[in-house]
Amino acid sequence: MQDIKTKKPGFFKSGTPWVWLNAGAVSASIIMVVGLLILIAVRGLGHFWPKTVWEFDYLEYGETIVLMGERSKVETIPVSQLQSSGRTYDFDQEFVERTLLKTGNRDVYGFDFKLIVKPNEVKVRKPEDAIVFERTQWGNFYGYLQAIREQGNELSIDSSMLWNELKKRIKRVDKLRERIHEIEKEDIGAINYKIEKLRLQQRKIELLGNLDKAELDRIAAQKVAYDEEYAVLKQELDSLYADIKRDSVDMQVMTGQRVQISLADILKATRPNSMGVGEKLLHYFINLKNFITEDPREANTEGGIFPAIFGTVMMVLLMSIIVTPFGVVAAIYLREYAKQGFITRLVRISVNNLAGVPSIVYGVFGLGFFVYLVGGRIDEWFYPEALPAPTFGSGGLMWASLTLALLTVPVVIVATEEGLARIPRSIREGSLALGATKAETLWRTVIPMASPAMMTGLILAVARAAGEVAPLMLVGAVKLAPSLPVDFNAPFIHLERKFMHLGFHIYDVGFQSPNVEAARPLVYATALILVVVIVVLNLSAIYIRNHLREKYRTMEQ
Amino acid sequence: MEAQPTSLNLQSASRSWQWRKVKDVLMRRVVQFGGISVIAAIALIFVFLLSVVYPLFETPSTQQIASYQVPGDENSKSIFLAIEEQAEIAMRVSDAGEMLFFDVTSGSIIYKHSLPIAADNPIRSFQVINETLGIMVVGLQSGDLLFFRHHYQLEFTETRRIIHPKVSYPYGEELFQVVDGPILDFGIGENEDSISILLRTDNDRIIFKSFEKETSLIEEDVTLSPLDAITLSPVARVLGILVDPEQEWGYVLNKEGNLLTFDIRDKNNPELQENVRVTERDVVPTSLAYLTGGISLLIGDSEGKLSQWFQVRSEGDLRFKLTKIRDQQIGTAPVISIVAEQLRKGVIAATEAGEIKLLYTTSERDLLSLPAGGSAIRNLAVAPRADIFLAENDAGKLKVWHIDNHHPESSMRALWGKVWYEDYIEPDFVWQSSSASSDFEPKFSLIPLTFGTLKAAFYAMLFAMPLAICGAIFTAYFMAPRMRGAVKPTIEIMEALPTVILGFLAGLWLAPFVERHLPGVFSVFLLAPLGVVLVSLLWWKAPSRWKMYIPDGWQAAILIIPIIIVTWLCVSVSPYVERWLFDGDIRIWMSESLGVGFDQRNALIIGIAMGFAVIPTIFSIAEDAIFSVPKHLTSGSLALGATPWQTLVRVVLPSASPGIFSAVMIGFGRAVGETMIVLMATGNTPVMDFSIFQGMRTLSANVAVELPESEVDSTHYRILFLAAFVLFIFTFFFNTVAEIVRQRLRKKYASL
Repeated sequence: MQDIKTKKPGFFKSGTPWVWLNAGAVSASIIMVVGLLILIAVRGLGHFWPKTVWEFDYLEYGETIVLMGERSKVETIPVSQLQSSGRTYDFDQEFVERTLLKTGNRDVYGFDFKLIVKPNEVKVRKPEDAIVFERTQWGNFYGYLQAIREQGNELSIDSSMLWNELKKRIKRVDKLRERIHEIEKEDIGAINYKIEKLRLQQRKIELLGNLDKAELDRIAAQKVAYDEEYAVLKQELDSLYADIKRDSVDMQVMTGQRVQISLADILKATRPNSMGVGEKLLHYFINLKNFITEDPREANTEGGIFPAIFGTVMMVLLMSIIVTPFGVVAAIYLREYAKQGFITRLVRISVNNLAGVPSIVYGVFGLGFFVYLVGGRIDEWFYPEALPAPTFGSGGLMWASLTLALLTVPVVIVATEEGLARIPRSIREGSLALGATKAETLWRTVIPMASPAMMTGLILAVARAAGEVAPLMLVGAVKLAPSLPVDFNAPFIHLERKFMHLGFHIYDVGFQSPNVEAARPLVYATALILVVVIVVLNLSAIYIRNHLREKYRTMEQ
Repeated sequence: MEAQPTSLNLQSASRSWQWRKVKDVLMRRVVQFGGISVIAAIALIFVFLLSVVYPLFETPSTQQIASYQVPGDENSKSIFLAIEEQAEIAMRVSDAGEMLFFDVTSGSIIYKHSLPIAADNPIRSFQVINETLGIMVVGLQSGDLLFFRHHYQLEFTETRRIIHPKVSYPYGEELFQVVDGPILDFGIGENEDSISILLRTDNDRIIFKSFEKETSLIEEDVTLSPLDAITLSPVARVLGILVDPEQEWGYVLNKEGNLLTFDIRDKNNPELQENVRVTERDVVPTSLAYLTGGISLLIGDSEGKLSQWFQVRSEGDLRFKLTKIRDQQIGTAPVISIVAEQLRKGVIAATEAGEIKLLYTTSERDLLSLPAGGSAIRNLAVAPRADIFLAENDAGKLKVWHIDNHHPESSMRALWGKVWYEDYIEPDFVWQSSSASSDFEPKFSLIPLTFGTLKAAFYAMLFAMPLAICGAIFTAYFMAPRMRGAVKPTIEIMEALPTVILGFLAGLWLAPFVERHLPGVFSVFLLAPLGVVLVSLLWWKAPSRWKMYIPDGWQAAILIIPIIIVTWLCVSVSPYVERWLFDGDIRIWMSESLGVGFDQRNALIIGIAMGFAVIPTIFSIAEDAIFSVPKHLTSGSLALGATPWQTLVRVVLPSASPGIFSAVMIGFGRAVGETMIVLMATGNTPVMDFSIFQGMRTLSANVAVELPESEVDSTHYRILFLAAFVLFIFTFFFNTVAEIVRQRLRKKYASL
């Protein structure tokens, strides 16, 4: 027998450090999640903030040169690392601050980023009148406005008025550009679509062998009509193009060179250094709006991500339409109708496990089964005129949605089953006791009560589908889709088209793009949007579920 | 449950009851149909994957489609047979210098052509230079060579396709003087720059002769300028001579089994490199041929064996040595004819007893043997697509077979074993599925990919397991309920984060960050736990008045700030540490003093990023298991005076351990199948190196990268499906085991 000691156990004996270590694991996990969200948020949101344009007198190879641009990354590194890159520096400190300067003007200098070190920055200025152009090509432009030209002739405007005049003229160009876009994308796009349709019709007739002369003539006549329509549009387009190229500006860049830029190339002009906080805020939201609503430019490294958002939403919608009825019916079958025995248990385990099967496996299945097997057959039977170009026989919106529906069906089944299981037996028995049939019991009481659970399942499925990329790489997501899967050309929804996807966009721009450095902020911004969508969806699922639990808790009592 | 009708027996009620009953049955049917079809769809995944994979292991089949007398002159012997691409027309070259084109299925003659050779200058030897272009050479009594070519023109009419055979002479119809005596045997190699010939003339003299090609830019005419002929030491009883297309090696095999290798890389000074005995005692070689590509030699012997040989560079003195790679049994009689497929490393060989065998060298598969026909088979030909082959026997019969042999490259051995590939110094596990050149030997070993998958999963689990399990223990057992209410959703959000985002951050942010702060990152792993223990000690010693403010169960919240501080300190001190301890650059220091190479996107990055992805999976399941340990067990232990920690270790963990185990299994399953993170955060090179500073290529990333570009139904395509199938089975198995463990545990808890 031991003496009973009332003494408090020692620090280690009490297990305190181990408890704390366990606590530390939780803290570390939380820090990682929150840190990651903050990292994405800061980098993603920072992308839209109008950045200050700095001008440096910079010492390079013993000479002082002028540099101008935005500080895109600042870091402190040991001098030895600088020296190992081949240059010699004689600084007396051990560490230097190094800036990655975005100088823009790739067309003028041949580069658009430059690494500079703090000790060589002789003088730093913040020129009020530095102008930033966002351009249709070659990335950003930084410089000073010198003169405005109309038809190549310099306008005699007072230099203080130049900026206002430029803004006015850019507005004019914007209007023209919008009109051009309208004609090119919508009007001419529609004509091209119709002409392609005609070509296929003609091919179909030829394939069938019974050469219907009248029909062929009709097609030819129609084609002539379209060609005429096209010629009219083309004429308007040409005059618009001539119009948009009317104005240009003379700019001085950091090297002192004078460069002429056509206003047609300028999407947006700002003077960030002279903006107040309010104005910057305004521009911030304009940038954000443009990012969400515009098409990408320059191999996806500039511009917006609208097609990717649209593609993701379409795919997820289509997937939800497919997955909800099937998932719910399967869950009802398993829980309410199937005989609860070994087989049902086996099926339930399998369904559960399918949620853990790697998504790439579904992609492989989707490619082999939907795209090549089913899609290939559909092409043979219904679209022989388009062959060998595949219609449904290559990845597209429909196959992607089906593949993801298969991927997420276990999520819906599991959530719905859980919801059904939570409904107290008494409610079912009450309904049956009142003479309702099983179908009525299900339809009137059980399903309505389980509907929030189904909702949770659906939300989780949508969240999973929105973030899944691996299978989409195989079944239809592309880096740049020529047209949206929905447009004004009958039949309006084009399920066979390839589409852009937010997640795939991140992968593609971040890892496959030719200019990763320039695209990086954009990837963060895209990631932010995806994360926000997914976090919001998940939080709502969590909220609904918790709410539901409370409800049943009170019901059971 | 069956709904009972009410006992009220009214007419209208009965009618409505009937309608309701119909609806009930209808719903039952619909739900049953829907439910079963969903389950069937799931089963379809399994069945479909299997159906795509299955043909890889199918035995090829053949079918004899025709048999007829060899067309053409009965008195002449065939020296060569060939089939054109569409496998409709075959060609026979006879020793009388006649080229005969005939229909493959009927043997009826389509076109005849006589080579421009005088009757007193008979053909003494024959070689094919280029199978795909159809260029052949005959060696003549006069010591001349004649180059000629068979090719085919396709013509499409309204209804069908007609193939017209053509004969042409790439270097003109004149004969090519090479040597004074007759050309009795020769080997010839040709590429864009030169032609080299190793030949045997009378008195067993061996002569080497080469020509340099000059292409005039304007007319694209090729002129050949001869170099001096070089006489080498004589070889008696020569069986065959071969020269490879790149003209590096010339081989002379004699009938005793000695193979002489000549190094002919220096055209002015060919040297005898080695003399190797290629058969065992009392066995003699009976045939010699190249495998497609001109790297491997195939030697058939009198015991019915076919062996493959190629030059292997020894690791020590870097000298090439002709090495026997493998041998396969063809039949019981001497192997007398060998023909290699044009696009793959497949071989058809036949013996003196008329046995024919199809085999594949890389995968060492004996694909098919056809029973002995009794009569020796001297000539074989296989169509370029390897779907038809011909065999001519001594009785003058020509037999035609159709072959279904689509995936000879795959075998269990090729997929999972070490294979000695051409130009490799030893058998190895290699994944290299495609290349620019057409006679490339695809290397389909899944081992490097499986290794990469397990390596990635291992490092991820190394990072995730401690954090997830410890976190689950604390959350389930110690944490205050209110904090738990906040932590659980956070972890769920963590689980929902798309892996593409984790991969992108890992590749573009974490990888460069870790590279710059390597000492800092490692010291965080070490110092953060120490820091936590230190804080706990401080808290232990702190006056109890302080502890009043923060109740028990909020340790995790208290620790957030210290952990951030420790991490920040480690990272900001990192450059100084690197400077003082590792000469400024730890990567250079590692490679110089430890011999460890550093890849920016390495297993450490994967460990952290994929660890991040599996933490929530493990956490949720483990937390659930620990939390559902019945309360009376812990209460009993605490009531007996055990501390909470003792209770945890002695009571809670033992009973929850199956649940934690299943959590780890499911986490592992997820890590194995994860695609985007590995795709984005590693270099995707299929190396077999377990180092934490090296990258890897996983099965899943490999599928994602290669499947869109692989040709449908090709071996490569099916092997990628096999990789997906392996992943499917693997994760399904792990998840099932985990699920069964969990269900048992639940039952156990319920009974407690």
